[in-house]
Amino acid sequence: MASIGLPRAYRIERAPAPSRGSTAVISLLSVLLALLFGGVLLALAGENPIVVYQAMLSGALGDWNGVAETLVKTTPLLLAGLGVAVAFRMQLWNIGAEGQLYWGAIFATGAALFVFPTAPPWVLVPAMIAAALLGGGLWGLIPGALRAWFGASEIITSLMLNYVAILFSEYLVHGPWRDPAAFGFPGTPPIPDAGWLPNWGTTRVHLGLLFGLVAALVLWVMLRRTRWGYEISVMGENPRAALYAGMPTKRTILLVMALSGALAGLAGMSEVAGIGHQLQRNLSPGYGYAAIIVAWLGRLHPFGAVLVAFLLAALTVGGDRLQMSLGLPAAIAPMLQGTILFFLLGGDVLTRYRLTRRLPDAGPDALNSPNETM
Amino acid sequence: MDEIISPAFVISVLAAAVAAGTAILYACLGELITERAGVLNLGIEGIMLMSALAGAGGCIWSGSAWVGAAVALVAGAAMASIHALLTVGLRANQVVSGLALTIFGGGLSAFLGRNIVGVPPPDSFRGVDVPFLASLPVIGRILFQQSALVYISFGVVAFLWWYVFRTRAGLRLRAIGERPEAADAMGIDVSRLRSLYVIAGGALAGLGGAAISLGTNPGWTEGMTAGRGWIAVALVIFAAWNPARAALGAYLFGGVEAGQFRLQTAGVDLSPFFLSMLPYIFTILVLVLSTREATRRILSAPAALGRPYVQEERG
Amino acid sequence: MRGITKRFGQVIANDRIDFASPWGEVHALVGENGAGKSTLMSILAGLYRPDSGSIEIDGQPVRFRSPRDAIAQGIGMVYQHFMLVDPFTVAENVVLGERRTNVDLELPRVERELRALSERYDLGVDPRSRIWQLSVGEQQRVEILRLLYLGARILVFDEPTAVLTPQEAERLIQTLRRMAAQGFTVIFISHKLDEVLRVADRISILRRGRIVTTTTPAETDRHTLARLMVGRELAAFVEQPAAEPHEAVVPGEPVLVLSDVGAIGEKGLPALRAINLEVRAGETLGIAGVAGNGQTELAEIVTGLRPVTGGTIQIAGRDMTNRSAGQIAKAGVAHVPEDRLATGLIGGMDLSANAILRQYGTSPISNGPFIAGKATARFTDRLIAGHDVKTPGRWAKLRTLSGGNQQKLLLARELEGAPRLIVAVHPTRGVDVGATEVIHHALRDQRAHGAATLLISEDLDELLALSDRIAVFFAGRVMGTLPARGADPEQIGLLMAGVATDPNSAGRSTAHG
Repeated sequence: MASIGLPRAYRIERAPAPSRGSTAVISLLSVLLALLFGGVLLALAGENPIVVYQAMLSGALGDWNGVAETLVKTTPLLLAGLGVAVAFRMQLWNIGAEGQLYWGAIFATGAALFVFPTAPPWVLVPAMIAAALLGGGLWGLIPGALRAWFGASEIITSLMLNYVAILFSEYLVHGPWRDPAAFGFPGTPPIPDAGWLPNWGTTRVHLGLLFGLVAALVLWVMLRRTRWGYEISVMGENPRAALYAGMPTKRTILLVMALSGALAGLAGMSEVAGIGHQLQRNLSPGYGYAAIIVAWLGRLHPFGAVLVAFLLAALTVGGDRLQMSLGLPAAIAPMLQGTILFFLLGGDVLTRYRLTRRLPDAGPDALNSPNETM
Repeated sequence: MDEIISPAFVISVLAAAVAAGTAILYACLGELITERAGVLNLGIEGIMLMSALAGAGGCIWSGSAWVGAAVALVAGAAMASIHALLTVGLRANQVVSGLALTIFGGGLSAFLGRNIVGVPPPDSFRGVDVPFLASLPVIGRILFQQSALVYISFGVVAFLWWYVFRTRAGLRLRAIGERPEAADAMGIDVSRLRSLYVIAGGALAGLGGAAISLGTNPGWTEGMTAGRGWIAVALVIFAAWNPARAALGAYLFGGVEAGQFRLQTAGVDLSPFFLSMLPYIFTILVLVLSTREATRRILSAPAALGRPYVQEERG
Repeated sequence: MRGITKRFGQVIANDRIDFASPWGEVHALVGENGAGKSTLMSILAGLYRPDSGSIEIDGQPVRFRSPRDAIAQGIGMVYQHFMLVDPFTVAENVVLGERRTNVDLELPRVERELRALSERYDLGVDPRSRIWQLSVGEQQRVEILRLLYLGARILVFDEPTAVLTPQEAERLIQTLRRMAAQGFTVIFISHKLDEVLRVADRISILRRGRIVTTTTPAETDRHTLARLMVGRELAAFVEQPAAEPHEAVVPGEPVLVLSDVGAIGEKGLPALRAINLEVRAGETLGIAGVAGNGQTELAEIVTGLRPVTGGTIQIAGRDMTNRSAGQIAKAGVAHVPEDRLATGLIGGMDLSANAILRQYGTSPISNGPFIAGKATARFTDRLIAGHDVKTPGRWAKLRTLSGGNQQKLLLARELEGAPRLIVAVHPTRGVDVGATEVIHHALRDQRAHGAATLLISEDLDELLALSDRIAVFFAGRVMGTLPARGADPEQIGLLMAGVATDPNSAGRSTAHG
C-alpha cells in the first residue's frame, strides 16, 4: 500500500517490534476490559456479573468433573486449532477446518466399520488415525490446489467445502451408513470396541487429548527446528523473500493445506473414537470455527494454541454449567468469547501500528522504488 | 409422479422459493454492498441472529410487526458497526473480526432471547395480495401473493441495482472497492464510505433476520437462522456482486429449501443432501472462474476486497 | 513559486527555490536523481506543503492542502503510476473526480464533452473504452484528459515518456506542444536531454535542491546541460583515494556474460534491449543511469527473478538463462537487492532467521531435515561480528535494526560462501555513512579476492569510487562503457541522458559492451 508511488511524508507504519512484554500486557488488558464490558452487558440484562463469572469459573474448573469436561472439549479445539494455525502461518486462511474435521470423522468411521471391523485395537486405532489424516488432508488439499493453481481465495473455497462436507456426512448418516437398529437419533452403528479410544479413569477424557499435546509438540519442533518449518515461516512473512531464496512456493502451499486439513481430520476422528463412538449428525458444534479463534488468539504458536484451547473450552463448559447452576443459557459463553475477541482485535492494533515520519532518504525521488512497506 | 411435475406443484414451489429466499436475499444484498466497498464481513450470520431476535422482541413489545422490522434493521446496523470500527477504523483482520461477530451474535441473541423462546409474536408479515397483480396467471401466485417484506425486497433489489450501476454514489462505491488509492486521489474519503457501507450492509442483513422471525418462522428460537447468513456470503460470489443475480441466486437457494420439503412429502426419494450441496459447489466453480484471466473481466470481485486501506497523511 | 524550501528529516530536498513559468510555455526540469525535481513538483501539485515559500498563480497567492485543492485552482499532475480504476470506462473515471452533487451519472453528457476535448487536443481517447483495454500511452492520455476536464490549466508531468514506446513518446510530445500553443502551461520532469531540447521552451536545471540555472534550447546544447546536471565537486571518497586505494587487480576470466539479452518490464513494455555485457573475475562493472532505464530488470534477470525474452546469460561458463533464483544462487551468485526489506530480508523474523536464508539447506546449518540451533547461532554471531552489525543480539527482530545495520547483515550473508558474482543494487541506499564505509570495504575486499561485481547505483560517486568500468544504461540499452578511472562526469551525464557520444572522443570504451 505504501508503494503506490505517491510520495508522502508521514505514514502509518508497522511498529518495528513490540516487545513480548508489551504485547502480553496489552492482551491482558484487553481481556480484562472485555470481561468488564461483558459484565456490563450481563448487568443490563438483569444478571449479577460477579455471580455469573464465579459460577462459570467453578463450573469449569471448580471440581474434577468440570475439569474433565473442559479437557474433553479442549481436545478437538486443540487439534483443529493447530491445523488452522499452521495454515495461517503461511497466510493461508483456512476457514474449512469444520469440513476437514467431518471428513476425518467420515474416513475414520469408514475404516472402522468397513475396512477393519474385526481388527485388534493396535491395528484399528492407527488405521483410523491414518484414515482421518487422509480424509482431512484431502479436503484441505482442494482449497490449497485451487489457490496454488488458480489463485482462488481459499477463504471462500474452504468455507463452501464445509457445507459440502457436513451435508455429505448427513447423507451417510441418514442413508447408506444408517444404523437400522437405532430408532431415534440418526447415526451410524457404533464402531467396534477395538476402536474406542481409552478413557482416563472414569472421566470422559480420552486419548485424543494426548494426540493433541503430541501434535502441538511435534508442530513446535517442526516450525522452529526443521527446514520445512523455516520455509513456512519465511513464506508466510515475506513471499518475495521466499522467491528470492528459491523456496518452492506452490508445493509448500499444497503440503501445508494438506497438513492443516489432516490435523482437523484428526480432531474429527478423536471425537468419533473418543466420545460418540459413531458418526452422527452434529458431530461438531462448530469446533472448526472455534479453531480459528484458537489459532489466532494463540498467535499461531503451538503452545499458545494449547493454552487458548484450554481457556476457550473452560469458557464453554462454564457456560454449559450455568444452565444447571443458575438457570442461565449456555450462550453466555459465546457472548463472552466474542467480546474478548473484539477487545483483543482492538488492542492488537495498538501493538501493530504507529504514526511515523517517513525516513529522510526515501524521499520523493525514490518514486520508482517501493518504500519499506508494511 | 404426476403430482411433481404438475404446474400447480411447480408454481407452489416457486412461490415458496421466493418466500424462503427473501431472508437470504436481504442478507446477501447487505454483504454485496459491503464487499463492493472492499470489506469482507463474515459476521452476517451473527448479525442476522441478533436482528431476528430484535425483530421478534420488538414486535412482542410493541405489538406491531413493522416496529419489529425497524428494530431489526437498527440491530443489524449496530452489530455491523462493530465490524466497521474494527476493520476500517482500526484495520484489524477482517476474517477474525467477522467470525468474532458471528460468535458474539449467536451468544448474545441466545442469551437475550431466553425469555421469549417460542413466544408467538402478536403480529407478523403475512401474505398480502397485491390488487390486480395477484390475479395474474402464474406470476401472480409466485410474486404477488407474498408478504410486505418480500415486496420491499423487490424494491431493494431494483434500487440497489440502479444505485450501484447508475449513480455517482454507486460509482464511488465501486471505486473504493476496486482501487481505493485512485478514489483517494480523487478526494474521496475511503474510510468513511467503507464504514457507511458496512453498516448499511448490516441494516439490510437485519431485515433478513426480520424476514425469518417475523415472516417465515414467526417467533424466536435459538439459532433460527440455520446458516442462512453463511449462504448469503456464498451467494454474493455466485451473484458476481450484482444485485439482480443475487435475487436469482437467493430464490434458487430458497427453492432448494422449499423444493426439498415438498419433494419429500410427495414421496420422491431424491437425496436432499446432494441437492443442497449444489449451490456451494457452484459457488466454488464461479469463484475459480472469476479468478482466471479469461473470465475475470466479467465476473471479478472488487479488486481491493479484504485488504485494509491505509490512507496516508499528507506531508 | 518563490523561496520554496522542503526538508525531509536531515535532507534538504528543495532549498529556497524560485521558479516561474508564463502561460503557454513548455518548461522542462532536469537534474539527476535526488536533485529535488519531484519534490518541487509535488509541492506544486498539492501533495506536499512547503516548509517555507509561496506559490502564486496569475499574481494571486494560492495554498493547497491536497491535490484536490490544486486541481480546483487549475494545477494538475500526471504521475508515473496512474490513478485509474481498471474496470471503469474513461468517462466513469473522470466522473469519479467530479465534485457534482446530482445523483445521476450523466454519462452521455460527460462522454460528449470528453470527446470534444479529446478532439480539440487530438488526444485520441474514446470515452467509452475501459481502462484495462488501453495501452499505457493511452492511459496516460486519459489522465491528461481528466485533468483538462476538471479545469487544469497548468499540467505537470513526472518523467512522462518513461513508460512509453518511442511512437507514444513522440505523440505525447506533439500533444504537449499543442497544449502549450493553446495557452496551457506544461511543466515536465525528464532526464532525456534530446527530448527536452526538442520540446521545451525553457529548461531549468536542478542540482542538490537548488535551481542552478534556467536556459532555453537555443542557448544551450546537450553537453552543457549534461555538465550542469552532473558537474560536481567530487565527493570525499573520490577526492581522497588514499582513504581506500582502488587497487589494481588484473581481471580474470569472464564470470558473467550477457549476450543480446532482452526482457519485458512490469508494465509489459520491453525493459532491456539487446544487452551485451561482460564482467570478469576481480572486476567491478558499475551500471549508471537514471532510475527506470532497465537497471532493475537487469538485476532481476541476472539473479533469476525475471525471465528473459531473448539472448543468453552465462555465469562462470555455464548457461544460466532463465534459471530459477535458487539455482542461480547455488551457482555462486550473491544478490544485494534494491529493496532489502521487500525482497532480501524478513523484517518480522530475527537475525538468525535472516542470516540463514541462503544456507538453511546446507550443512552445517542444516542437519538432515532439521536446522541446527547451535550452528545457526555461531554462524549468525560470526556474520554480525565480521561486518560490524550493531545489535543487542541475534535474537533481535530484523526490523529493529537501522537501515545500515540491516544492509550490513544482508551483505554479510550474501558474501558468505565466497560468491563468484555479486549483484549489488543500490547497496548503500538509506544507509548511514559508517555502514556505507563498511559495505564499500567489503565489496572492495571481494573484488581483491577475485569476485566479479555488477554494481548498480544511482550514486555516481559510489560508482566512480568502486568500479573498474562503468556502463551507462538508457532506455534499456547500454549507451556506452568507459573506464572509471579518469571518467568524465559530463560524458556520463550525456550517456545517462540518452545522448550517444562522439566515437572519436577519448572516453569511448573499446571494451566489449
